[in-house]
Amino acid sequence: MLLFLLRRLGVAVLVALTVLTLAFLLTRVSGDLAISIAGPNATSEDIETIRRVYGLDRPVWVQYLDWLGRAVQGDFGESYFFRDRVANLILGRMPVTLTLGLVGLCIALVVSLPLGILAAVREGTMLDRAVGIVALVGQAMPSFWLGLVLMIIFGLQLAWLPISGVESWQGYILPGVVLAFSAIPSLTRLTRSGMIEALSSDYIRTARAKGLTRFSILVKHGFRNAAIPVVSIAAVQLGFMLGGSVVIETVFALHGVGFLAWESISKNDFPVVQAVVLVLALIYIGLTLLADLLNAVLDPRLRTG
Amino acid sequence: MSALLEIRDLRVTIGSTAAVRGASLSLDKGETHCLVGESGCGKSITALSVMGLLPRGAVRETTALRFAGEEIGHYGERQMERLRGDRMAMIFQEPMTSLNPAYTVGSQMTEVLRRHRGTPRAQAVDRAAELLARVGITAPGLRLGQFPHQLSGGLRQRVMIAMALMCDPELLIADEPTTALDVTVQAQILRLLAGLQKDLGLGILLITHDLGIVARVADRVSVMYAGEVVESAPTATLFAAPQHPYTRGLLSCVPVPGKVKRDEPLGSIPGVVPRIRPGFTGCGFRDRCAEATPACAGTIPRRDLGSGHEMLCVLDPGRDGKAAA
Repeated sequence: MLLFLLRRLGVAVLVALTVLTLAFLLTRVSGDLAISIAGPNATSEDIETIRRVYGLDRPVWVQYLDWLGRAVQGDFGESYFFRDRVANLILGRMPVTLTLGLVGLCIALVVSLPLGILAAVREGTMLDRAVGIVALVGQAMPSFWLGLVLMIIFGLQLAWLPISGVESWQGYILPGVVLAFSAIPSLTRLTRSGMIEALSSDYIRTARAKGLTRFSILVKHGFRNAAIPVVSIAAVQLGFMLGGSVVIETVFALHGVGFLAWESISKNDFPVVQAVVLVLALIYIGLTLLADLLNAVLDPRLRTG
Repeated sequence: MSALLEIRDLRVTIGSTAAVRGASLSLDKGETHCLVGESGCGKSITALSVMGLLPRGAVRETTALRFAGEEIGHYGERQMERLRGDRMAMIFQEPMTSLNPAYTVGSQMTEVLRRHRGTPRAQAVDRAAELLARVGITAPGLRLGQFPHQLSGGLRQRVMIAMALMCDPELLIADEPTTALDVTVQAQILRLLAGLQKDLGLGILLITHDLGIVARVADRVSVMYAGEVVESAPTATLFAAPQHPYTRGLLSCVPVPGKVKRDEPLGSIPGVVPRIRPGFTGCGFRDRCAEATPACAGTIPRRDLGSGHEMLCVLDPGRDGKAAA
């Protein structure tokens, strides 16, 4: 168990290092930073000055190590546009994005788990096929479009929910639903196939032979085993959702990390873009690690080897 | 005394296959009744019918299905749930996969008692430990906390048996309980079952295709072929004077020390068990039978040969000079 976790941790650290390096290289290959910082009206002396001030005249590997050293300590430099530390900017926006992601994940799980279990129990029936079609449609639906449609229906026509901002908790509902929609199809299908496999297994026959109730057979014995892959994918989906929040936060005007990313891209605010990409990637790596950990907790065969 | 289990004219249809076609058998308290036959002749389906565990899409009909004097053929799922694991228990051929990998042995064992008797956890754990010891598992306290993957196949089957005994059932159905195990472990498990039966007065319906096992443990044998019980008799009678051509064929496939002459080939039955469609009449064995006559395509009479010996065949009992007991 310990060995398994150490190995996973080692891989995670390597991936994180790779992401850091890529984030650094991306800004270097996208043109001369000094020129883009100085702007279109700068003279060549201005550019030279900027190059010296920002340390861009040093060899690339020195710049890399310097940047890496500071990035590891959470120092991503200063935003050109917001005139603030990048780390502060991201930390300030993170709660909105994390809340949105968790709301989205909760909605997705609440919808897809029962739906998947139901489809598995009624395998091959109309109900099963209907769930499959819903999953397919959900997968094909672009989230910005769904967002706008929901806004028009629930925000403007019915006026039940706010269409933008998160002044109250209701503000999270519509974007949460839209975000959940991206995860519901895969989670439903995974739950369904996991349940079908579990329900056809010998230990379910044993559970029935023991006279256990239908609920206990389905949930305690069936779903407990089907849940193992679902947990992994749910954690990965949360990562996708945090990344996908760039679109959703822009549509719903939520001031989270995704909206920050969009703002900085349109303003050529390199340090912020770089840091957002990095932070989202690191969260993603962290979630994958968490999924491994949860799997080990859920599956005694992994835990006790 | 009325029989513990009585099946009269059981018919099970699964899709376009008549899996069981009018099988009848009865089992007394404290008796071991062996159900033998090749794979695919309906033994397991018969057992699952009794437990109410038939696969989805299977249709069951009986004239009578009595358990401890009570007709259970019309029982719904809820009523069967209350019987299963409590008064009738079942163990299976696949000890490696029959336990849930996600729960400890203890949790899976105590669950039965908690479900049927509402026994408090601590007492249920004591009972589980006691039964693990009873089935010959050393250090039961340790085993209770272990997961199935930490146990060997033989140990898992012992756990399955102990789990089946949690509520002190009257009937234990064992579907090829030793087939997946090493020969030495097989012998231990069989001895264990025989011992439990003597001590607890269990009625055991043992499904097997191993005639060696039958000879050692059975009080009574029913031979199944293509969904029918073709011959049924007390064990000694069946081995001494088998009547149905299929029973004779089965027995000739098994080497018996002292009976088989050197250089004489063992018998075999040509062909395989056919898939019988609903509406089939006559003897299911006639295509493989060396003694088949035109009468075999008609309705086959069930014949009482005395002393509890019955067979389903048109041929004369006692032909070839072998007298019926």
